[in-house]
Amino acid sequence: MAAVVAQRAETRRASARLWRRAQRNRLSFAALGVIAAITLVALAAPWLAPYDPDATDATAALASVSRAHWLGTDLYGRDQLSRIIHAARVDLLVALVATAMALTTGSLLGALAGYRGGWIDQLVMRAIDSVMAFPAFILAMAITATLGNSTAYVVAAIAITHVPIYTRLIRGEMLKVRETEYAEAARTVGNPGHRIVLRHLLPNCVPPLIVQATLAMGFAILTVAALSFLGLGIQPPQSEWGAMTAEGAGYIVSGEWWLFLFPGLAIMVTVLAFNLVGDTLRDLLDPRMQGVR
Amino acid sequence: MTPLLTVRDLTVHFDTDDGPVEAVDGASFVVEPGEILGLVGESGSGKSVTALTILRLIRPPGRVVSGSIGFEGRELLALGEDEMRAVRGARISMVFQSPRTALNPVLPVGRQIARLYRLHQGLAPAEAERRTLEMLTLVGIPEPERRARQYAHQLSGGMCQRVMIAMALATSPRLLLADEPTTGLDVSIAAQILDLMIELGRRTGASILLITHDLGVVAGVCDRVAVMHAGQLVECAEVHALFKRPAHPYTRALVNAIPRVDREVVMEPIPGAVPSLLGPPPGCRYAGRCPDVLDVCRTARPAVAAVADGHEVACYAVEGTRGAAARR
Repeated sequence: MAAVVAQRAETRRASARLWRRAQRNRLSFAALGVIAAITLVALAAPWLAPYDPDATDATAALASVSRAHWLGTDLYGRDQLSRIIHAARVDLLVALVATAMALTTGSLLGALAGYRGGWIDQLVMRAIDSVMAFPAFILAMAITATLGNSTAYVVAAIAITHVPIYTRLIRGEMLKVRETEYAEAARTVGNPGHRIVLRHLLPNCVPPLIVQATLAMGFAILTVAALSFLGLGIQPPQSEWGAMTAEGAGYIVSGEWWLFLFPGLAIMVTVLAFNLVGDTLRDLLDPRMQGVR
Repeated sequence: MTPLLTVRDLTVHFDTDDGPVEAVDGASFVVEPGEILGLVGESGSGKSVTALTILRLIRPPGRVVSGSIGFEGRELLALGEDEMRAVRGARISMVFQSPRTALNPVLPVGRQIARLYRLHQGLAPAEAERRTLEMLTLVGIPEPERRARQYAHQLSGGMCQRVMIAMALATSPRLLLADEPTTGLDVSIAAQILDLMIELGRRTGASILLITHDLGVVAGVCDRVAVMHAGQLVECAEVHALFKRPAHPYTRALVNAIPRVDREVVMEPIPGAVPSLLGPPPGCRYAGRCPDVLDVCRTARPAVAAVADGHEVACYAVEGTRGAAARR
């Protein structure tokens, strides 16, 4: 019993240390708060949004920032704040699902290529190279333009363009860890290959994977927004930050600034927050930075 | 008595762009049931490669060119991968040089041992955990419940090696390959670890192939010794015979290089270095360093011949082997 308590205390100390080091970087800590806030807002959207995001109100069309409509309304009198809040759900969910898919597929492919080597490695990596031969955004555009831009295809497009990130990362890590003694030891006791890769080696590649996924998450949000901005992503009437910015862009000259400013800000703040957290995680999880201020 | 392990004419090459590196060249030896065989030699003499080959864990660019490895009446080199996996860890297991890096850093050590019981004996998780704690107690780890939940970096080097030994002996293997198990441990811990391994080996009746470059260790614990030089097995004898009457010039040089505190003897360094194993010269690979070198040594490889009962040497210069070699 005492042993278990001591063990818990040790685990607690280690996480407490990580927590202290995270706090030292105020900016990233704030960014983490922003991500948490946006996530909460997205989850509680139906309860938080003051209006129905799709409800039109002809009497309040193109109304500026006011008590009734904090962030103004659009041409149809839809409340901007409610639309931005609901859009957070779509943007975060699409980015999250796409990142999860890319991470799983990419890591497995990378692990296979790195651990097995030989022709499997060649095959996988040349396939990845051919995906990377296209600029990621152009490829995503091509995919949604050809397949149609339902939400599922937007997710698929982003996932496919992100797979190479993880494949290359994990392949490199795998080349390193497969030569370690604990990999050799896992082989000497008769573990099957797939188990060595999944249970023994992949867990050792997790830190860089977390960093990469956080950074890629920001990039994925940007891609959803950009695709939708061009009309190739999430379709109206579903509110989405990129699409809203595009709509608002038409009003730059006529002076309805709230229409493009607020959705644009939402994109910027969210992406920035993910990038800041990703950068800090990289520093925190890098063993060479242990104990360094 | 039928030997537990019979290695015959084992040759292992590593293919490089410059040609094959002949890491092991025609090595033959046996391990009897329950005995401790020391495998000694300088760094790069092919000791570790031999051990990994026995477990069939040589991966490209390495390959077994020829030879046979008989174990418990089966030819290991002919087994399918699935059959071989059932041998690894269950019938033959291995203890590594650096215990800290041989344990997976992200898995609690207890889990790594328990895994063996589940893999090879199909035990239920609870039973596997109970056996794990038993095993940890057996190798002298205090507070096994707490230690089992810890990770390799939370244990000392000696404790890690105890965990490795617990892991290696968990499923009562018949053969334990110990690849310099005490390197990197300080002297007093090293002695404890070695004693523990030998004692547990004796208790379970496992044979041990002890790979080392420490002749002191060999003299202390081994029953027989095989000496390797540059991938070739040059001499094999009972431990007392080897130290009293080393036959091969290389073995003699090794024995003379042991520091003595009881006598005023000058330690003699061995001249030269192990020859490159990339396209090594034909004949005996010690020829370039040997004080007794004959012309024939540079062109033909000496055959292994007995100089006494259970004492085999591969050398043209050794009296009594010349006739045998010529006859072959």
